[in-house]
Amino acid sequence: MAEYKAPLRDMRFVLTELFDYNDINQMPGCEDFTPDVVDAVLEEAAKVCEELLYPINRSGDEEGCTWNDGVVTTPKGFKEAYQTFAEGGWTGIACDPKYGGQGAPKSINALVEEMICSTNLSFGMYPGLSFGAYAALHSHASDELKDKYLPKMVDGTWSGTMCLTEPHCGTDLGIIKTKAEPLGDGSYAISGTKIFISAGEHDLTENIIHLVLAKLPDAPSGTKGISLFLVPKFMVGDDGSLGRRNAVKCGSIEHKMGIKASATCVMNFDGAIGYLVGEPHQGMPAMFTMMNQERLSVGIQGLGLGEAAYQGARAYAKDRLQGRALTGAKSPNQPADSIIVHPDVRRMLLTAKATNEGCRAMGMWVARALDTAKHHKDPVKREEADEFVQLMTPIVKALFTDWGFDNTNLGVQVFGGHGYIREWGMEQYVRDARIAQIYEGTNGIQALDLVGRKMPTKAGRYLRRFFHPVQEYIEANVSNGELGEYVQPLAKAFMRLQQATGELAQRGMKNPDEAGAAASEFLRLFGLVAVGFMWARMAEIALAKQDDDKDGFYKGKLITAKFYMERILPQSGALFSQIMSGSSTMMALDEELF
Amino acid sequence: MPKLAKDIKQVAVIGAGVMGAGIAAHIANSGTPVLLLDIVPEGAKNRNAVAEGAVAKMLKTDPAPFMSKRVAKLITCGNIEDDLDKIAKCDWIIEAVIERLDIKQDLYRKIDAVRAKGSVVSSNTSTIPLATLIDGMDESFAQDFIITHFFNPPRYMRLLELVGSGKTRDGVIDTIADFADRKLGKTCVTCHDAPGFIANRLGVYWVQAAMTEAMDRNLTVEEADSVIGRPFGIPKTGVFGLMDLVGLDLMPHVQSSMAGLLDKSDPFHAIYRESELVSKLIADGYTGRKGKGGFYRLNRDGGQKVKESVDLQTGEFSKSEKARLSSVRDAGKDPRKMMEASDKGGQYGRAVMGKTLAYAAYIAESAANSIVDVDDAMKLGYAWKTGPFELIDAIGVDALISMLTEDGIEVPALLKKAAGKSFYKVEDGDLYYLGFDGTYAKVIRPDGVILLEDIKRKSERVAGNRAASLWDIGDGVACLEFHTKMNALDSDVLGAIKTSIRTVKKQFKALVIYNEGSNFSAGANLGLALFAANIAAWPEIENLVETGQETYKALKYSPFPVVGAPSGLALGGGCEVLLHCDAVQAHGETYIGLVEPGVGLIPAWGGCKEMIRRWAENPKFVKGPMAPSAKAFEIISVATVAKSAMEAKENLFFRESDGITMNRNRLLADAKERALSMVDGYEAPEEFTYRLPGEAARVAFEMAVDGFHRLGKATDYDRVVAGELAKVLAGGDTDVTEELSEDDILELEREGFMRLVRNEGTMARVEHMLLTGKPLRN
Repeated sequence: MAEYKAPLRDMRFVLTELFDYNDINQMPGCEDFTPDVVDAVLEEAAKVCEELLYPINRSGDEEGCTWNDGVVTTPKGFKEAYQTFAEGGWTGIACDPKYGGQGAPKSINALVEEMICSTNLSFGMYPGLSFGAYAALHSHASDELKDKYLPKMVDGTWSGTMCLTEPHCGTDLGIIKTKAEPLGDGSYAISGTKIFISAGEHDLTENIIHLVLAKLPDAPSGTKGISLFLVPKFMVGDDGSLGRRNAVKCGSIEHKMGIKASATCVMNFDGAIGYLVGEPHQGMPAMFTMMNQERLSVGIQGLGLGEAAYQGARAYAKDRLQGRALTGAKSPNQPADSIIVHPDVRRMLLTAKATNEGCRAMGMWVARALDTAKHHKDPVKREEADEFVQLMTPIVKALFTDWGFDNTNLGVQVFGGHGYIREWGMEQYVRDARIAQIYEGTNGIQALDLVGRKMPTKAGRYLRRFFHPVQEYIEANVSNGELGEYVQPLAKAFMRLQQATGELAQRGMKNPDEAGAAASEFLRLFGLVAVGFMWARMAEIALAKQDDDKDGFYKGKLITAKFYMERILPQSGALFSQIMSGSSTMMALDEELF
Repeated sequence: MPKLAKDIKQVAVIGAGVMGAGIAAHIANSGTPVLLLDIVPEGAKNRNAVAEGAVAKMLKTDPAPFMSKRVAKLITCGNIEDDLDKIAKCDWIIEAVIERLDIKQDLYRKIDAVRAKGSVVSSNTSTIPLATLIDGMDESFAQDFIITHFFNPPRYMRLLELVGSGKTRDGVIDTIADFADRKLGKTCVTCHDAPGFIANRLGVYWVQAAMTEAMDRNLTVEEADSVIGRPFGIPKTGVFGLMDLVGLDLMPHVQSSMAGLLDKSDPFHAIYRESELVSKLIADGYTGRKGKGGFYRLNRDGGQKVKESVDLQTGEFSKSEKARLSSVRDAGKDPRKMMEASDKGGQYGRAVMGKTLAYAAYIAESAANSIVDVDDAMKLGYAWKTGPFELIDAIGVDALISMLTEDGIEVPALLKKAAGKSFYKVEDGDLYYLGFDGTYAKVIRPDGVILLEDIKRKSERVAGNRAASLWDIGDGVACLEFHTKMNALDSDVLGAIKTSIRTVKKQFKALVIYNEGSNFSAGANLGLALFAANIAAWPEIENLVETGQETYKALKYSPFPVVGAPSGLALGGGCEVLLHCDAVQAHGETYIGLVEPGVGLIPAWGGCKEMIRRWAENPKFVKGPMAPSAKAFEIISVATVAKSAMEAKENLFFRESDGITMNRNRLLADAKERALSMVDGYEAPEEFTYRLPGEAARVAFEMAVDGFHRLGKATDYDRVVAGELAKVLAGGDTDVTEELSEDDILELEREGFMRLVRNEGTMARVEHMLLTGKPLRN
């Protein structure tokens, strides 16, 4: 069985060396998270994940959730682990202190999330969904609802869900059928069926608070007629006590490819009592305000699994003795060399390492912007940071989950046949990672969001938040001695991205299919360049510190940065050609010829 | 007696109301002295107070009735009691007094007593038939009397309806038409002596139909205006917006007078209805934009401006909701699709326009000499993009007939004559129209009118790309036209200019740059530029600046004459291309300026370079290195826009020697003639050597801006932009002993431009302009 150790060294590197953590720490609301506190939080999170969550990951996958007449049981050990997890305060780490949370900035929480996803994604789904429901209520619900429900969601006594999807609609929520009938006393009767509801029913908490999208009787058609409702599993009295069971029931759970210990439920609402959250018909905007956070978190799921797979493969490649190096025996005293002597194995490991660390850096870049958009004193800085987040969110979600999945696959490949069997746990990562490319908006939808919405907004204003700092960095450093070697490949790829962006904007205006046809490749090109920028910056730091490098951390950074520039970033050339080839060929094939 | 336009040397306008004064102002615009008379107000000390007050007010009106404040001097104000005898010197006397027959005829008698023999007298009436006006008047008066019906505002509306009678002497109509055409820039349409003439006859019917149907079918005003708008090539004000513009209080009067005059059998009576809502709105002061608002109003309660509209059923105002009829969106610019849509928008469009177009066919023969005149009247009097008969063709004659039949509307005889055919057709590149006799006749343009529209029908373009085309307009002259959106300039337009230079050199004698749309060019494509700036594509932007500089310079030094022929907007890069032409023949209604500072930039396609040169070469201007730069700074730094060709000369956007054409339709022909006159012995201009004041001037310019900044007249970012402009116009770090070439100035322009375009302040200005159409004062 592979082992997992939280990559705390690299996490501290992106948190405090690559970026200036003081910027975050000094913002109002973030003052308590001093570097010392952060260190302790990360150490403790690592411990919880490594010792509590990791051990029940594979067993949870083997056992899965079980359904019996509306009751869902989580795998052995989950309930106890959840208890400990909640008691440790981890359910409320990023929540508002006013409701009992600890108010950790996203910059910190993103790192904790990565550790949870690396060690037990299924488990992470339960508190993860609760946090999503918490965030929606926190931003949009009345004080009355917040005071009543949030404290127990924050401390983990209760959990939450997001009920959006219905059997006939997923991406297109405008056509949902779930209805909300006013009951005259301010509450509503909610009726309808929701599917794919993660954590919809389980045995971890006393109560489950569902957030449900439904339509009021007078609702306009489409997404402008959707309202958001709070529907508790058990009715809650004014004193917070639990009352009778509400008319919401889990009809069945799905049998899935991965994340088997996460209960994915069909939820039947049969005149269940619900309360309006926010204004009537404003359900979609309410969903959108938390979308960026959620999508960043899903991106981090990809990164977490990619990291876990990398660690497993790294250990195995060093251990596994098989054959000899191409250039002659490296360990003549042993019956065979470890397979890490082979260039192709190194290619796989370095690919995973370069993309994982690159994503970790980029995730931090975006998480910091989320914090800035939320907490900064200067409204101009807040707006600019928000624009950057808007732009980068689809890229983080799609790139991180695509690469995360690729890296779990590489992990299996390094293991060979042992990766394919269940014993080592490597194939579970592949299955678990697959969903992240799909939910919270498929990666194809992310690409459309980027080219169709984020790119054209205000004649490309969001783009400025990325292109300007990168351009300035390139201008300043492209001829800068040793660093220049890392910046030149970035400059080349960046120019391709500029050209592709300019061209796509013009073509897309004339024919939306042109934008649609190039969207996924464009998102990848964008992501490659963004991570390339991160690697150039990481190389810059490593170059400055390489003389004091006892553990070889900076040397590792420099070689990995080189690898990224030489072996991964050049994909930008092929992507550029693909993007430029336009839509005509793929639109030319008649439907019946498929 | 006067026969030709040049024979009309002096004009009198009697009645200094909005129309009379506006007509007088426009006659002054033509350079013709004009006498403006009105009554003596009771007990007034200043007996000319009415006319003088009208002129004073016009000097402050926007849009300005005068093309230049200077021409106001051509108006002599007076009063009817003391000054009527002065009309003896006038060749044309225009009556524009209140619409009352007794008052008019009384005035005519007084006029007839003093006017010169053979002078023309005309009335600007819109409601009283000519036959009634001359009823009982002397035969000699009747012979010299016609109706000249101007549209409001007289300077800007290009339609002039002319009505004569059987008694009208030969030559009277022709003389006035020729003067109005060449000197006033009007398209004259001769109408029969029928109520409302052509434009208002049809227009009033259309407005009535649109209003009644909207009320009956329970549409919002926004929905109605969206249907009776773009799909039919009608301005986006639609009908309710138009009534707000014209004035609601005029409506009941015009409609009831129309109802009183029209024959009992006229279809107008079937739709005529007095509206309680309109009466209530007028009574409450909602007379339109001139009052508290009309069907739309701006509610300023609570400090914010909120656009509101009236509910046609209840008469209550509420927040204006943008119309979102899917039929309008789907129809785009297709009138037939609009009329065939099944929703309430489609039904409304079909009801209103079906009737209106049928009415056009019903009145055509009795009101006009041809369908072409009816189309012209609606295009120029009501700003429809296509006239009613052109619209019928777009819908399809047969399709319209079957719709009318289905809807139980009588199909007029003229429409039946056109069944199976169309009202216009093209044969061998010539345009024909259907005559009232059912046969086609060629559309003949007056002498001295060349339209690109006609050239395009008959020939293929010589060269061009998606953004611009080069046409052969005969006699060895080529015409380059831009056809991007708003004729915005981009690399493709520049490419077409370069190609044109090569082609003209080989195949032609001269080049005219002319666009037939409503604007010459709104300037560089800002959307593209901002997008490029957002993605930090600085080399691409600099390359575009440099290409523009090279292209315009190549145009200027090409071995053949280049004449720019602008009309409408010529801003920024559109102004700069004209600054590089050998000569300009401009439409009187040209609005030109180097407006770059408004979007946080400076002219960098040679605009600074040319403006300095123009002022330096102006013999009437102060000598020395400082003055030309200072003048250019004064003009450019505040983004001055000349509001007419005449004003453009005052700013030297145009040279003293540049020509002005008043009639839009004559612009291309005049420009061509101008170009041909320059061909013999043409030599390209010589490069100019600059001596500029340098640093000291820059400091002086900046101090001036600082002064405005202290007064709150210049913003923080204005100072940044003006600072860069000052650097260029001062010549950088030069001094008077040094000579600078044109390329040196271009380099300064480019450097300054690039510094500005990288600035967030500039990007914010450009973005704001693109999103709101208004400048950002950051």
